[in-house]
Amino acid sequence: MSIFLNKDSKVIVQGMTGGMGSKHTTLMLDAGTNIVGGVNARKAGTSVELGGKDLPVFGTVKEAMAETGADVSVVFVPPAFTKDACIEAIDAGIGLLVVITEGVPVQDTAEVWSYLQGKDTRMIGPNCPGIITPEESLAGITPHTIAGKGPVGLVSKSGTLTYQMMYELKDYGFSTAIGIGGDPIIGTTHIDALEAFEADPETKAIVMIGEIGGDAEERAAAYIKDHVTKPVVGYVAGFTAPEGKTMGHAGAIVSGSSGTAQAKKEALEAVGVKVGKTPSETAALMREVLSALG
Amino acid sequence: MEYQAKELFAKHGVTTTLGVVVETAEAARAAAENLGGVTVVKAQVKAGGRGKAGGVKLAKTADEAFEHASNILGMEIKGLRVNRVLVTPATPPEEEYYFSFLLDRANRQYLCIASVEGGVEIEEVAKTNPDAVKQIPVDPGTGVDEEKARAIATEAKFPEPVFEQAVAMIQALYKVFVDEDATLVEVNPLARLAGDKLEALDGKVSLDENASEVRHPDHEEFEIREEADPLESKAKDKGLNYVKLDGQVGIIGNGAGLVMSTLDVVAYAGEAHGGVKPANFLDIGGGANAQVMADGLDVILHDPQVKSVFVNVFGGITACDEVANGIVGALDILGDEASKPLVVRLDGNNVDEGRRILSDRNHPLVTMVDTMDGAADKAAELANA
Repeated sequence: MSIFLNKDSKVIVQGMTGGMGSKHTTLMLDAGTNIVGGVNARKAGTSVELGGKDLPVFGTVKEAMAETGADVSVVFVPPAFTKDACIEAIDAGIGLLVVITEGVPVQDTAEVWSYLQGKDTRMIGPNCPGIITPEESLAGITPHTIAGKGPVGLVSKSGTLTYQMMYELKDYGFSTAIGIGGDPIIGTTHIDALEAFEADPETKAIVMIGEIGGDAEERAAAYIKDHVTKPVVGYVAGFTAPEGKTMGHAGAIVSGSSGTAQAKKEALEAVGVKVGKTPSETAALMREVLSALG
Repeated sequence: MEYQAKELFAKHGVTTTLGVVVETAEAARAAAENLGGVTVVKAQVKAGGRGKAGGVKLAKTADEAFEHASNILGMEIKGLRVNRVLVTPATPPEEEYYFSFLLDRANRQYLCIASVEGGVEIEEVAKTNPDAVKQIPVDPGTGVDEEKARAIATEAKFPEPVFEQAVAMIQALYKVFVDEDATLVEVNPLARLAGDKLEALDGKVSLDENASEVRHPDHEEFEIREEADPLESKAKDKGLNYVKLDGQVGIIGNGAGLVMSTLDVVAYAGEAHGGVKPANFLDIGGGANAQVMADGLDVILHDPQVKSVFVNVFGGITACDEVANGIVGALDILGDEASKPLVVRLDGNNVDEGRRILSDRNHPLVTMVDTMDGAADKAAELANA
C-alpha cells in the first residue's frame, strides 16, 4: 500500500517535450513509473523516445486518457500556461494532478482551486517535487535513488528537505513521500496527507516537515490531535527568518507575528508531536519511534 | 508606496487624488503653491505608522510645506530613509472607512474586509468591536461583479448617500486586485469627504512577484532600488534568490527549505561560538553549476560582515560530483577574490565522487565536513576565530 500513487498508476506528462519535461520523464521511467504518454497540442500524433521507450504525444489530456487509461498527470509547462494546463486536466477528469511548475501566479492557483471544487481531481502543488512511492512509481522530480520502500510516510513543503529526510532515514525507507509545495495556495495539504497516511496500513509512522508562513502546520496540529493515532515526528524550518521577507518559497514569509516557526513548533508539540531542532535530530527522533515500534 | 498605490487606483478608476511626488523641500514648496490652499506633506516609505512617526504634516502655506518637507526628507521611519514626499490637497474627511481585498491563504480564496466604523485604527476596531469589521469571502472563480459589490456594500453597511459610489469603487478596487495580480489592495482611510464624495485617501497594494514576472513587465518600475540593500540588488541582477541578514556566517545552499533549515542550524551552532549568526539566505536552486556558485560566492564574499562561508548542498537531481565541480570551478573563477574560509557539506547522490573531487583539489580555504550539524559547527567556529 501507499498513498495517492502506486505501481498501477498510469502517468502522462503535460509538457513532456520541453527541457524539464523530457529530462524528468526519463528519470521517472528510471524510477519505474508507468509513463503512457505526453500532451502537447502542437505535437499531437508524434512520438518521443525517452529512456528507451517510445512515448506517444497526444493533443489533449482527454484524448491521452481515452487512449491510454491514464489516471495521473504531471505538469511541467511554464508558469504562464500552468492554469490552462490544470483546467484542461481537471475537465478531462484526471484523478491525480501533480503540478511541478514553480512561479505560477497565485491568483491562477486560486482560480484552479476554485474550479476544482466538487470535481474528481486531487491536485498536488504547484511549486513542488511531486510524489514518490519508492520502488513503484514517481510522479515528480524526487530522486528515486535516495531511499527504498519502508514504513515511513513523509509530507513536506520543501523539496530538498524531503530529499534530506529520505536520505537520513534511507535504511528504514518510505511508504510514500510527498512534497506539497511552498506556494501560498496549494492543492494537497499536510492534513490531506496525514489523513491518507493514517488510513494506509503500510505506513507505521509519519514525518511532517513545515516551514514559516501561513498556518498550515497549526491546522495540521489540530487535525493530528483529533484524527491521527500513528506517531508523528515534525520539523519546521525558518526560526531565523526575518519578518516580512520572502525566503525562497513564495509562501515562506513571516507576516507580523503570524507564520513563525516557533508558533508552529509549539502548536505541534502541544498535541504530542516530537519536533526536531535540526533535520538530523528529527531523523533521530523518528529512529527512536521506529525502534520502539519494533 | 502610497503614491504608487494611488497610481494603480487611478489607472483602474478608483476615485483618488494623486498629488505630486517630490524629492526636495524646494519642489514641495512649488507643488504646494501650484495646488493652492492647505496641503498635506506625506513621507513615502513602505511602512505603516507614518503619521505617528511624524512623517505626515498639514501645511497651511507653501512655506510650511517647504519646512515640513525639509524635516521629513531624510528622516527614518521603521529603519527606512525617506527620500520622497507626496504633496496632496488637504481634504478633511467627515467619516473614515476601511476597505481591502486580500489573498486568504488558509481558505484558498480571496477575502474582502470592510468597516464603516473607523478607518486608520482598524486594528483597534477589530479588537474592541469585531462585529463592525466585516469579512466577506470572494470566490476566485466568480470574482466581484456588480451584484457581488452590492452585496459587499450592503453587508459592510455603507451609508445611503455614498452607497452607489461604494458599489462602483468596490468593483474598481477588485479590478486593481485582479488585473494587477495583487495579494493585497487596501484603502485606509476610505474617506467620505464634504458633499458625500467617496475617495481613497491612502492606500497600499502588494503585488504577486510570480505574476509580475509572468505577465506584468511594467511592475518593475514600482521597485525602488535605492531602498534595497546593495548586496540584495547585486544578487537580484545575477538572478539569485538572496536575503541579507545580520550575521557572520555566509550561507549557500540548494532549495528554499534546506537553506532556511541551514540558517537555523548555524544559529544553534553559533550559540557555542560567541553568538555568531547566519549572514544571509541564498538559494542557488537545483542547478548549482560553477557560474551560479561563483555568482553566489561573489555576493557573499562582498559582505564585509562575513567571516566564513557554509556551502550546504544536497545532491538530488544535480549529483554531488557536479556540485563539487561547481565549487572548484567557482573558486577558479574568483581566484584571489575568494578570501574567506569555506566549509562544504555535500550529501546525497554520488557523494563519494563529489567529496573525492574536492579533496583532490585540496584548496587551502575549503574544509569538508560530512554532516550538516557538524559543518554548521565548523563554520560558526571559523566565523568566531
